[in-house]
Amino acid sequence: MSTTRVMERFRYSQDTAIEKPFNWEKLTRLLHYMKESGSLIVKAIVAMLITTAVRLIVPLIIGQWALDFALANEDYGLMLQLAVFALSLYIFSLFANRLRIKWTNEIGQNAIHALRKQLFNHIQGLSNRFFDNRSAGSILVRVVNDVNALQELFTNGIINMLMDMIMLISIVIILFTLSPPLALAVLIVLPIMFFISTKLRRNIRRSWQTVRIRQSKLNSHLNESIQGVRVTQSFSQEENNMAFFKGVNKENYDAWDEASKKSAVFRPFVEMANALGSAVLIWYGAYLVMTGSIGFGVLVSFAFFLGMFWEPISRLGQVYNQLLVAMASSERIFEFLDEEPNVKSKHDGNEATNLKGDIQFESVTFAYDESRKALNSISLSIPKGQTIALVGHTGSGKSTIANLISRYYDPTGGRIMLDGVDLKDYKLHRLREEVSTVLQDTFIFSGTIRENIRFGKPDATDEEVEQAATAIGANHFIEKLQNGYETEVEERGNVLSVGERQLLSFARTLLANPKIIILDEATASIDTETEVKIQQALKTLLHGRTSIMIAHRLSTIREADNIIVLEQGNVLENGNHEQLMKREGKYFDLVMSQFKALTV
Amino acid sequence: MQIFNALRQYYWPFRRYFLGSIFFLVFVTGFTVVYPIFLQLAIDEGIVNQNYDLIPILAIGFIIVMMFKGLAAFFHQYWGDVFGIKTVYQLRKGLYEKLQYLPFRYYDNARTGDLMSRLTADVEGFRFFLSFGFAQLFNFVMIIVFSLIVMFYYSPQLALITLFMMPILAITVQRFDKFVHPAFKEIRISMASLNTRVQENVSGMNTVKSLSKEEFEKDRFDEKNSHYRDRYLYTSGIWSKYFPVMEFIGNVAVVLLLAYGGYLAIYGTLTPGAFVAFFSLVWYIMGPLMNLGFIINTFSQSKASGERLLEVLNEPVDIKDDETAIDAGRLTGDVSFEDVSFYYPNEEKSALRNVSFQVNHGETIGLMGQTGAGKSSVTQLIARFYEATHGQVKIDGKSVQDYTIKTLRENIGFVLQEPFLFSSSIRDNISYGRPEAGLDEIIEAARRADAHEFIEALPNGYDTVLGERGMGLSGGQKQRISIARALLVNPSILILDDATSAVDMQTEVKIQKAFRELMKGRTTFIIAHRISSVQHADQIFVLENGKMKEQGKHNELLEEGGMYKRIYDIQYQDLQSIEKESIR
Repeated sequence: MSTTRVMERFRYSQDTAIEKPFNWEKLTRLLHYMKESGSLIVKAIVAMLITTAVRLIVPLIIGQWALDFALANEDYGLMLQLAVFALSLYIFSLFANRLRIKWTNEIGQNAIHALRKQLFNHIQGLSNRFFDNRSAGSILVRVVNDVNALQELFTNGIINMLMDMIMLISIVIILFTLSPPLALAVLIVLPIMFFISTKLRRNIRRSWQTVRIRQSKLNSHLNESIQGVRVTQSFSQEENNMAFFKGVNKENYDAWDEASKKSAVFRPFVEMANALGSAVLIWYGAYLVMTGSIGFGVLVSFAFFLGMFWEPISRLGQVYNQLLVAMASSERIFEFLDEEPNVKSKHDGNEATNLKGDIQFESVTFAYDESRKALNSISLSIPKGQTIALVGHTGSGKSTIANLISRYYDPTGGRIMLDGVDLKDYKLHRLREEVSTVLQDTFIFSGTIRENIRFGKPDATDEEVEQAATAIGANHFIEKLQNGYETEVEERGNVLSVGERQLLSFARTLLANPKIIILDEATASIDTETEVKIQQALKTLLHGRTSIMIAHRLSTIREADNIIVLEQGNVLENGNHEQLMKREGKYFDLVMSQFKALTV
Repeated sequence: MQIFNALRQYYWPFRRYFLGSIFFLVFVTGFTVVYPIFLQLAIDEGIVNQNYDLIPILAIGFIIVMMFKGLAAFFHQYWGDVFGIKTVYQLRKGLYEKLQYLPFRYYDNARTGDLMSRLTADVEGFRFFLSFGFAQLFNFVMIIVFSLIVMFYYSPQLALITLFMMPILAITVQRFDKFVHPAFKEIRISMASLNTRVQENVSGMNTVKSLSKEEFEKDRFDEKNSHYRDRYLYTSGIWSKYFPVMEFIGNVAVVLLLAYGGYLAIYGTLTPGAFVAFFSLVWYIMGPLMNLGFIINTFSQSKASGERLLEVLNEPVDIKDDETAIDAGRLTGDVSFEDVSFYYPNEEKSALRNVSFQVNHGETIGLMGQTGAGKSSVTQLIARFYEATHGQVKIDGKSVQDYTIKTLRENIGFVLQEPFLFSSSIRDNISYGRPEAGLDEIIEAARRADAHEFIEALPNGYDTVLGERGMGLSGGQKQRISIARALLVNPSILILDDATSAVDMQTEVKIQKAFRELMKGRTTFIIAHRISSVQHADQIFVLENGKMKEQGKHNELLEEGGMYKRIYDIQYQDLQSIEKESIR
């Protein structure tokens, strides 16, 4: 393969903008999350001011008073007094420091906690449309990584930014108070330092951004190559993959090398800026001391303060970087938070407790998007307690009907009534409690079997859990497991077979005790004998409930009270098995084609 | 230390960058200590002794020295980084190669998340120590040595006082480290558990919604969210306790210097310049000393990281070409099992027990049986994804071990139950097994897999780039692409591992029609649950608990009246009753 072909072997989206331009609106929205901490912020700022003040006073004590007054006058008593004074300042600062660290972390963590909570809760309310278009991984990244990216900013960033700015301004003021001409001379380094920490830094920052983007491409590939390793090995593509990886690895290396070099170049500039300041200080400062315009303690104070300059400037640069990264993260977080659920719960919705389960479709139309009409003015009546089978090709509208009954989507036209009341007039969570979908791919949460069944009704007692399992017939395999109901299971684990998972999900649903059950019948990968067992459990589950099945197996379909044959969003025929067979229409053809598959 | 030794091949070739970096570090540290000396000279010689001529020399000299320091700092830092990133490059290369060849056995027990964290966090942890941690440790020792030398030169008594403060600081740092280390670990564990909670919630969102358990999920999440905050605050509590103390100890040294140094300066031998220089030197020492815990931490983390990397790197690739393996080109496709038994590693139950059969090239074989009966094991042994524990698996009369793995797998086309597609264009996904294939061949394969139509209907056709794991396609569509992928390599042996179960009945009928044509001239193994998928096979194997239970053609097995018949009855009772109805 040519090199370009090799590098196009895999393609990864690179929209991972690591930083965004600064935006006040977003920042104020972020700061909003700190408001909860209220008075803590004021206290933390006071503590911060104290520690900053101590850090500024001590160089003055040593520089000016110790040297110019105590040493120059050979007054050891004063020297001792100064030492004691410094010590008490330090003790004072010790406590202020402790409180500052404690409080700023509390503020930060409160904000992070609140933000994450809001984000997670908001996502719970979002509609299926939202989840349809996103992988689980991309949602996870926002709740975990993007929020974490704000952690530094919230905990230390903002308070430090304040502290550093106060520090810089105070130093400048102190220097000018001590000696205006020397301050003026020494401070020529200030613009140089700012130039270095902004202009040069920006250049460096961009190189690091390239590194991170390449890194994320490399990681995407690593992740995928691990998940797809079986495919790779069965097609013996190891070498071609290695060629691709070599390219990605090299790209990453080059970017990294470039960024390292730029960062290292930064160092001499910093040193020179510092050196220039010190040289000016030594030269001009000494001159001023000799001419008697300043005491030499002032010179020493200057030396100390000059040494303190670089740290806050450098840290401000860092905070600025943090801010830009935070902009990107917060943009992604806010995008989710601003997402409105398509399906909304009515505030004064019906909380009816005694639902019967009569469903009525009144010329219901639905389109997932403008180009794709899924249902075409459908009218149906499903009396309580009946079992309805939906039959048709993929894309005929079977799942859409099911989704509309659970109100995962709202109809684009017409309305759906439950016990004579529009679905939209019920409180959403109330409705969903009464309408359960039993899914094809049973999801197992990590935890014990008991916890997984109890998921259907979190306040169920142990007895209730076991009763549900027994009713479904899941107790047999559960009791055979080493730890019975307390056996730990997890999503990808192989403790449970496909059939056992299905039974678990039935038990879960039985415990939830809904009035209406929607069943997406499993077609996949269950061997026939297991399937028979499941059918029996299913009968128990459906007993006395309205059920809508998306069915594939003829045996299930045949037993339905009503079979609805769908094609391209229209109801083609409906009736029970006998009626439809007599009509010799689409249903008849469908049955016959399967029949042929057997006999040919 | 043996961990560093074991990983030697990945960094040792680049040692000159490391040595160069350390060499320049000596100068960086040395030049750092120069500043207090210049200050002292300026004060004592220049100002106190009124030797004004010295001042410009000092100022310019200082700039020159700092110029050298800047230069040295550049090389120290850059070469240190280069050392690290070159190592990372090699390490990643080694790891990736390893991962490509590790057998299925390894992946059966490996988790993607865990492997990813080794490949990213552990590689970084190891690099960080190489590039930065070690140099810092070295720097720490040198700055103390240099500073103490200068201090002792100026005033032994004061130097001793500073020296006296150091053990106190070191003990505090060590205690801090002892507490903060497990606390940090707990933060990480708490974060991981929060991560799992979100992951499960999002992956199981359908379940959550169908049972309307959003409020329950919110509570469960809040538990984790609060736990994380509490762990974090607990840690920052330790931080807030020790950090100010460490700073305070440094500050006490400053106070002592002021008291005792001031005494010496007034009554004794200490010059004012040396007095001032001392403060600078004390600050130089205290900085790194406070970082000592952090540096030692990077060391222990890099050790742990190195260990986890070694675990992957030392994992044996036990399925590899024998020295005498031959590159046989195209195989005919006769397959035989001779008394084959197979155990999955770490499992007591055998997956296959004394299985023997003979398949002639061009035959179609149906494999049936319950989940876990051993159907997949049969096909995986043919492709040598695992090694038979006992007995011989032969293709064209030779043991599979006699062929190179490449020969073997190029002759076998696999369609797995879960179609895995890569983030790439549809075209590249189909040609994954034969990257050099032309577009017409790709289209032909897609046609045969009944995929051409829907691909053409996509806005970018064959150039449509699929997202992560084929996002945007339905299960049936993904499966058809993966079938086209297997067809394009034109294998002598085709294995369909439950390949059509994800598509609905109607589509299955369509695909199967396509299959029938494809199977011509190839040995085909079909693993299925539906009788309709296997009834036309030349031989049907029914497996139970790893044993060959029944073997024969459709009609023969029906007559036998065993398990196959039972499955048949269940699957076709509906049709039989319909048949009766229509006769009536």
